[in-house]
Amino acid sequence: MSSAAPSPQASPQPSSSPTPPDDDTSWRGVAAEENEQAAEAAGVQLRGRSRRLLGELLRPHVRLLPVLIVALVLENVARLSAPLLVQRGIDLGIPPLMADRGPRILLEVLAVMGVAVVVQTVARVFFLRLFGRIGQDILLALRRRVFRHFQRLDVAFHDRYTSGRAVSRLTSDMDAIAELVGGGFDGLVSAVLTLLGVSVMLLVLDWRLGLACLTSVVFVALLVRWFSTASARTYRRVREASAQVIVHFVESMTGIRAVQANRREPRNQELFTGLADRYRAVNVTSFRLVAVFMPGIRGIGNVTTGLVLLLGGLFVLEGSMTVGVLTAFLLYLRQFFEPMQEISQFYNTFQSAISALEKLSGVLEEEPAVAEPASPTPLPDASGALALTGVAFSYVDGTPVLPGLDLAIPAGQTVALVGTTGAGKTTIAKLLCRFYDPNAGRVTLDGVDLRDLADAELRRHVVMVTQENVMFAGSVADNIRFGRPDASDDEVTAAARAVGADAFIAALPEGYATDVGKRGGRLSAGQRQLVAFARAFLADPAVLILDEATSSLDIPSERVVQRALHTVLADRTAVIIAHRLSTVEIADRVLVLEHGRVVEDGSPAGLLGSGGRYAALHRSWIASLG
Amino acid sequence: MSTSVWDLYGDALQRQPLVAPPSRRRAAWASLWRFRTYLRPYASRFVIMFVVALLGTGVGIVTPLIARAIIDGPVANSDRPGLYALGALALAVGIVDAVLTFIRRWIVSIGTLGAETGIRLDLYAKLQRLPLGFHGQWDSGQLLSRVMNDLSTMRRFLGFGLLFLILNVLQITVVTILLIGMYWPMGVVVAVSAVPVVALCLLNERAYTRLSRRIQDQTGDVASSVEESVQGLRVIKAFGRGRHMFAEFDERATRLRATALERVRNVSRFWTFLEVIPTVTLIAVLAIGALAAAQDRLTLGTLVAFITLMLSLIWPVAALGFLLSMTQDAMTAADRVCEILDAPETIVDGPRVLDAPRGALRFTDVAFRFPDADDDVLHGVNLTVAPGETVALVGGTGSGKSTLTALVARLADVTAGSVTIDGVDVRDLKLAHLRSLVATAFEDPTLFSMSARENLTLGRPDATEAEIEQALEVAQAQFVHDLPWGLDTRIGEQGMSLSGGQRQRLALARAILTRPRVLVLDDTLSALDIHTEALVEEALRRVLVGVTGIVVAHRASTVLLADQVALLESGTITHVGTHAELLATVPEYRELLSADFDAEAELA
Repeated sequence: MSSAAPSPQASPQPSSSPTPPDDDTSWRGVAAEENEQAAEAAGVQLRGRSRRLLGELLRPHVRLLPVLIVALVLENVARLSAPLLVQRGIDLGIPPLMADRGPRILLEVLAVMGVAVVVQTVARVFFLRLFGRIGQDILLALRRRVFRHFQRLDVAFHDRYTSGRAVSRLTSDMDAIAELVGGGFDGLVSAVLTLLGVSVMLLVLDWRLGLACLTSVVFVALLVRWFSTASARTYRRVREASAQVIVHFVESMTGIRAVQANRREPRNQELFTGLADRYRAVNVTSFRLVAVFMPGIRGIGNVTTGLVLLLGGLFVLEGSMTVGVLTAFLLYLRQFFEPMQEISQFYNTFQSAISALEKLSGVLEEEPAVAEPASPTPLPDASGALALTGVAFSYVDGTPVLPGLDLAIPAGQTVALVGTTGAGKTTIAKLLCRFYDPNAGRVTLDGVDLRDLADAELRRHVVMVTQENVMFAGSVADNIRFGRPDASDDEVTAAARAVGADAFIAALPEGYATDVGKRGGRLSAGQRQLVAFARAFLADPAVLILDEATSSLDIPSERVVQRALHTVLADRTAVIIAHRLSTVEIADRVLVLEHGRVVEDGSPAGLLGSGGRYAALHRSWIASLG
Repeated sequence: MSTSVWDLYGDALQRQPLVAPPSRRRAAWASLWRFRTYLRPYASRFVIMFVVALLGTGVGIVTPLIARAIIDGPVANSDRPGLYALGALALAVGIVDAVLTFIRRWIVSIGTLGAETGIRLDLYAKLQRLPLGFHGQWDSGQLLSRVMNDLSTMRRFLGFGLLFLILNVLQITVVTILLIGMYWPMGVVVAVSAVPVVALCLLNERAYTRLSRRIQDQTGDVASSVEESVQGLRVIKAFGRGRHMFAEFDERATRLRATALERVRNVSRFWTFLEVIPTVTLIAVLAIGALAAAQDRLTLGTLVAFITLMLSLIWPVAALGFLLSMTQDAMTAADRVCEILDAPETIVDGPRVLDAPRGALRFTDVAFRFPDADDDVLHGVNLTVAPGETVALVGGTGSGKSTLTALVARLADVTAGSVTIDGVDVRDLKLAHLRSLVATAFEDPTLFSMSARENLTLGRPDATEAEIEQALEVAQAQFVHDLPWGLDTRIGEQGMSLSGGQRQRLALARAILTRPRVLVLDDTLSALDIHTEALVEEALRRVLVGVTGIVVAHRASTVLLADQVALLESGTITHVGTHAELLATVPEYRELLSADFDAEAELA
C-alpha cells in the first residue's frame, strides 16, 4: 500500500443526509452514487461531447457519404419498384395477353424487373460493404484512441478511476458499439428510407388509399414513443439487476474460500436467489414490453391491410382502382411494417451503444495532469543527478503532503528514505518518476526539469519498482525482458541470478520459458517481486527507485536481494524506501522525513554519531538482534 | 402449482440439482433434454404457447386467401355486402393474429425465464458446495459465462428457437402444398426456388458461425490486451513501454477488424442473395401467372394470394439456418452447464456433531497433493495441539503452510493420514458444525461488495451489536465507524476501497466474531504496520486464551503469540519447540526469523 497517498477514492463525500438503506437490500450497504448511472439515464439523447466525438470519428469518412447515399437510394428505388412493376404487369401486361395482342408489355415489365434486381443486388452489396468498412474503421479508430488515451492519462486518474472501470470502457462498451456497427445499423438506415419511399409510392399509386394507410403511422408513432420511453426505463433496470447478479456471483466464486470457511453458503444462496429473482422479474417486464409492442405493430399492420382490402376492394369495385394497384398496396404494406417490428430488437442495441459512447466521450474528455512536453529537451545520456527545488505537493487541496522540499541527490548516490506513514516518502518517489507533477517547484534530472523530458527518455533513465508486481502474458523471460526487449537470454539469466531469482525460476516446469499465465506457472507474491527486481536490474536505468520493493519477500530472499543491491546500485543513483533497517544500512545517505520535511540527513555512520532519531532507531535494532 | 422462484428453488442448497440424470444415449441433444425437469412447473404455459403459436401460423396463412376471395368474389361480381363481410373478416383475422402473438409472447416469458432462473440457482448452489479443489481449476470468468451466457442461450432456444424450428417447417410445408394446389407450375417454381435458399442458409450458417466464433475469440484477445495494459499501467509507465503495449493491442484490434470485415462481406453476400432470390422468383411467378391468368387458368385473386403467400415464406425459410445454429449453440451450452452440475462433490457432510468440543487438534501422517500435481505438497505431517494451546507455523515461501491450515476446516481434504478434533476425524463431522468450530482468517482477506456489517457477520449473522463492537476492538478495526455510513457503508470492489491492513483487520474481526474453538490465522497480520500489529497481537493474546490456535507467522513478534512453534520445511514439520529453543538450536529457523527491524513503526 502506498504509505502517503490517501487514495482519492477512499474519501467520497458522504451526502449531507445519509440515505438509510432500504430493508431487503440493506446487506449491500450504502455507497456514493456512481455517475455512470446518470449517463445511462440520459437515454438516447446525445450530450455535446458525444456528438463532438461522433463528428470527429465520422469526419474522415465524410467524402464517402455521397457514394453511400447514391448506393442506398439506388438500392431502395430498385427494391421499391418491384410491387409497382407487379402492378403494371397485372394491369397493363395481362389485358393485351387476354386480347391476344402479344406479351410485349409484360415482357417489358419483366425485363425492367430483371434490371431492377441486378441494380438492387449490386447497390446492396456495395452499400453493405462500404458501410460495414466505415463502421469497422470507426470502431478501430475509437479503440485505438481510447486505449492511447488511457495510457496517456496520469496515475492519479487511474487511482481514481479504478482498473475495473477502465477495462469495461475498452471491452463491454466497445462491444456495445461494435454490436451496433456490426448488427443492424445499416438495417435502421434502410428501414427509414424504406418508410419514406413506401409512403411516397402509396400516395402516388392512389392518394386516397395511400392517405388511409398513412394514418396508421400516427398509431405506430404513438406505440414507438411509448415503447422507447418504457423500455429505456426497463432497460436500465435490467442492466442494474444483471450487474448485481454478476457482481455477487463473481465475488462469491473468487471468494469461495472465505464463503466456505465462514459457512456463508446459506446466506449467499438466499441473497443470490433474491438477486436472480429480481433479474428474472425485470426481464419479464422487459419481455412483456416487447410482447405488447411487436404484436401492436403487427396488429396495426394487419388492420391497415384489412382496411386496404376493404377500401381498395370498394375502389376496384367502383372501377376507380385496378387489381394491380391493390396488389401493389398489399406488397408495399409488407415492406412498410416488417422492418418496424425489428425496431424493438434493435432498440436495446442502440441504447447501450449510446450510453457506451457517453462514457467513452467522458473518458476522452479527461486531460492528463502529467502531460508530455510539446518540445522536449533531449537527454540521451543521464548521469543520474536528481534535485527537488521548492517542491510542494498535495493530493487533496489544503492538506499538503510536501509543503516545500529542497533536496539534491548527486549522481551515483544511494539514498534511503525513512519516516512514518504519511511522511511523504512514496510521494517523493512518485514525483521522481513523474507519476505526478509538483504543485510548485521543480524536479530535475541532470538539471533538466522532468516536465521537459520526453516520456520515453525519462523512462529509460528512471525506473521504479514497487510492491505492486504485475506479470504480463508470456514467459518468465519475457517478463524480465519487459524493460529492455532487446536483452539476450544470457543477460536475462544474469539479471535473475543477480537478484536471487534464478533458483526458483529454474525449478518452474519450463524454466525461463514457463508461461506465467498458465497453470503451474502462477507465481507467488514473493516470486513476482523477484521477477520485478530482475526486470528493473536488466533495464539498467541511471536512477532506480525502490518503493518498499522488498516487502513481500521472506527474510532469506530479502537478504539475497540486499546482497545483490550492493553491486547493482554501485554505479547508479538509487532512492530506497524501506521499513527494515537492514535495507537502509546499504545506503550512502539516509534522510529521515517527517510531515514532508527532512529532519535528519547524513550518512548512516554520521547519523549514528549525531544521536538523533536514526541513532536511536539503530540502537534499539542492535539490541533486538542480540 | 406455485411458480414463485422462492417456493421452487428456495432449497437449492440443501438438495442435488433438479436436472435429470444423464441418459445412456450420447446423442448431441442428450444434455439439453436433461433440463426438461425445469420446464415442468410451467408445463401448461408451454402447451398454451405452442397451441397459440400454431393457431397464429394458421391465421397468417388465411389472410392472403381472404384477399383472393375478395378479388375473385365481391370485387369481380360487384357484390358490396360480400365485400363488407369479407373485409370485416380480414380485419377480424388481422386482430386475432395480433392477439395470438401477444398471448404467446406474454405468457412465454414467465416460463422460460423461470426455468432459466431455476437452473441458475441450482448451478450457484452446486458451485457453493463444490470444494476448493474444483474452484482452483476454474476461472471465475468461465463460471460466469456459464451462469449468464450459456443459460440465456438455452432460454432463447426454449422460448423461441425450438418453437419456430417446428412452426417454420410446418408453415413451409403447408404453404408449399397450398401454392402447388393453387396452380402447380408456379407452386413448383416456388418450391424449386426454396432449394437454393435452404442450401445457402445451411452452408452459410456454418461459415458465419465460424466467423462469429473467431470474432469472439479475437475480441477476447483484445480484451486481455486491455486488461493487461490497464492493470499493469504503473509498471508500463515506469518502464516507458506504452508504445509496445499499444503495438500489441493494435495488432489484435486490427486483426479483429479484418475478421469483422470478412463477416461484413459474408453478410452482404448472404443477405443480398436472400433478398434477391424471392424477387427473381417473383419475376418468374409473375410471368407464368400473367400468362395463366390471360388464358383463364388462374384468377387474378389467386395470383395476388399466391404472390402474398409466397412472400410470406421468405422469413421462415431464411430463418432455418440460424434456428439450426441456435439449436447447436443451446446443445453446446447445455453440455457446458452439465459439466458443472455433474462435477463430483468430494467434500461432503459427515454424520457427527461434537457435543462439548474442547479443541484438541491432531495431524497424523498427513499428506496432501493437488489433483493435477505429481508431487505431494505436504507429507508425513504430525502435529498435536492441545486445547487452548497456540502453535505458530513458520516456514519459507512454498513450504506448504497455507495448505496445512486449509485442511483443518476441510477447505481441502487430506490425501493421506487424518486431521482430528477431540479425536474425531474432521471428515466424520457435519461440515457446518466443523466450520463453526474452526474459524480461519486469510492473508488476502476477501471482502464482498456489501455493507461492512454484512462482511463482518459473514460467519455469524446473529451477532449482537456488543459482540460486533468487541470483535472490532480486538482486531483494532474500529476504523469502520469512521467510514461515511459507518457499518452500513458498502465496502469491497463496488464500494469503499480499504487498505490491505484494514482488510486484514476486518477479516480478523470476522473470524473472532464466530467464537470458534479453533482459530486459524493464515498470515493474517502481514499487511499491518508494526504499531497496529502490536495492538492486534496484544488483543489476540486475550482472545486466544481458551482457544486452540494455529498462526502462520513471518515475524518474530507474531511467533511470540504462540506457546509452541512448528517449523515447516518442504512439506513436512521438521522441528517443534518454543521460539527460544528453535532460535538456539535450529539454524534454518534463525535464518527465517532472526530479528529484523522496522524503521517506520519505531518512528511512529
